[in-house]
Amino acid sequence: MSAFLRSKYAKALLFAACLLPLGNLLLRALHGELTANPIEFLTHATGDWTLRFLLLTLAITPFRRILRLPDLIRFRRMLGLFAFFYGCLHFTMWFGVDKFFNLRDMVDDVEKRRFITVGMLGFFLMVPLAITSTAGWIRRLGGKRWRLLHRAIYASAIAGVIHYFWLVKSDIHKPLDYACVVGVLLAMRIAAWIYDKRKHGARELSAGQPTTAEGL
Amino acid sequence: MLLKHKDELTYSDVTPKGVYQNRRNFLLGLLVTGSAVLGWKKYSYLLNGPATGSVPVRLNNVKKWPYSTTETVTPENDVTHYNNFYEFGTDKEDPAQNARNFVTSPWAVTVGGEVKKPRKFTMDEILALAPLEERIYRHRCVEAWSIVVPWIGYPFSTIANLVQPTEKAKFVAFESYYDVRQMPLGPLAGIQLPYVEGLRLDEAMNPLTLLTFGMYGETLPNQDGAPVRMVIPWKYGFKSIKSLVRIRFVKDQPPTTWNLANPQEYGFYSNVNPNVDHPRWSQAKERRLGEFFRRPTLMFNGYGDQVAGMYTGMDLRKYF
Repeated sequence: MSAFLRSKYAKALLFAACLLPLGNLLLRALHGELTANPIEFLTHATGDWTLRFLLLTLAITPFRRILRLPDLIRFRRMLGLFAFFYGCLHFTMWFGVDKFFNLRDMVDDVEKRRFITVGMLGFFLMVPLAITSTAGWIRRLGGKRWRLLHRAIYASAIAGVIHYFWLVKSDIHKPLDYACVVGVLLAMRIAAWIYDKRKHGARELSAGQPTTAEGL
Repeated sequence: MLLKHKDELTYSDVTPKGVYQNRRNFLLGLLVTGSAVLGWKKYSYLLNGPATGSVPVRLNNVKKWPYSTTETVTPENDVTHYNNFYEFGTDKEDPAQNARNFVTSPWAVTVGGEVKKPRKFTMDEILALAPLEERIYRHRCVEAWSIVVPWIGYPFSTIANLVQPTEKAKFVAFESYYDVRQMPLGPLAGIQLPYVEGLRLDEAMNPLTLLTFGMYGETLPNQDGAPVRMVIPWKYGFKSIKSLVRIRFVKDQPPTTWNLANPQEYGFYSNVNPNVDHPRWSQAKERRLGEFFRRPTLMFNGYGDQVAGMYTGMDLRKYF
């Protein structure tokens, strides 16, 4: 498994897989299967995929630990960038197609509709993360600062879920599904943090006694 | 030199192989079960046999109403495959899929309350009460999309005149059919069912208010409210209650489903009004299905000449 994750094909394969949702939408468009309201359908579909990719990105860190597959880290950036990619399509569908680049309508919406405001917040939080996703930027910022900045993805994912909650009329099942996944992914981080801290503390207590590892 | 690595793991820290393999299996199992459940929800319909529900039939002797809009009629397939009928699921394409097995025969409509002659009508009886008219109306959803539909029915006032409301009757309350066995997705809709709606008596008696049995030349398809529904063209679509079973003339303003679900967002009147926004989206424009650009929404959905008089002196922001 690890060998495969490390191979150069794994990334290419994942890249192709990440384009499948877009391919599917294009195929449906060609066959005229975008429902009676294609603009709304495409807006919702790209929004859904933005959230899904955000969740996938967030899932990498806890799962590489639980599954003991540290190589999963190789794919985190790509998944994050695809979240941004689908986010851009989503934003373009809304501002470019639905509002037809009408800045006034857009500003009105952002000011008046809290679900738009929070969605915009989630989207614009992704912009600096996408820009600083390169190795050069990690070096320039330094690992510590870079990691701190990239915690903004939590806020972005939470904003995305709230955006969905505030959009629906009564059936909250779908936003609830996303909320549960975000909740679990964040809870896993907290659990890992507590676990590490305890372990660390326990070892500190027994530090005075010689252990097999000591002195190596 | 003594190198101290506090973080170095000791052998006792190693998780026993069985435990971590179990955890992997558990997580894998969770993943597989999760996807199976989601997949079943999405694709179970593929296992459905042929539809066993009622199907539309041609309606004869329908005369054309002279005041129909001349705007382009929305393609029938769009109207039947993009709509809300929460008893059959909350996605726009759900009703078409999930109402396939809806059985609407036999059917009866009970009319009562503050009336001199309460009555229960069978479908055959109610269909024969007045000549059927085809009326092409604009239909504007509260979600800011709209369609143009050739409905078939007769004015609701026909029923009222037959049962003779008493002086006490000031409102009309409507109730939809609800049966969880036929509508298993109903409990997931997030709204209280059976669906209930209401009109002020003068609104119900307005000549535009249509008791509707068909569209596009045929009886109503299941997903569009078979076998009988209301159509109130100057109000948001959700006021036009589907699959009617009960009509009551009442003294007080009756409860209405969307108002119960969210009173800040959905008022009792719910007249189409481009100047009063839904708290979460603008009502100034709408997307007519099949059109690329949004078009401006008209006051009372363009039926102001026929209905504005009923609301003179009323603050439509307060009574939205």
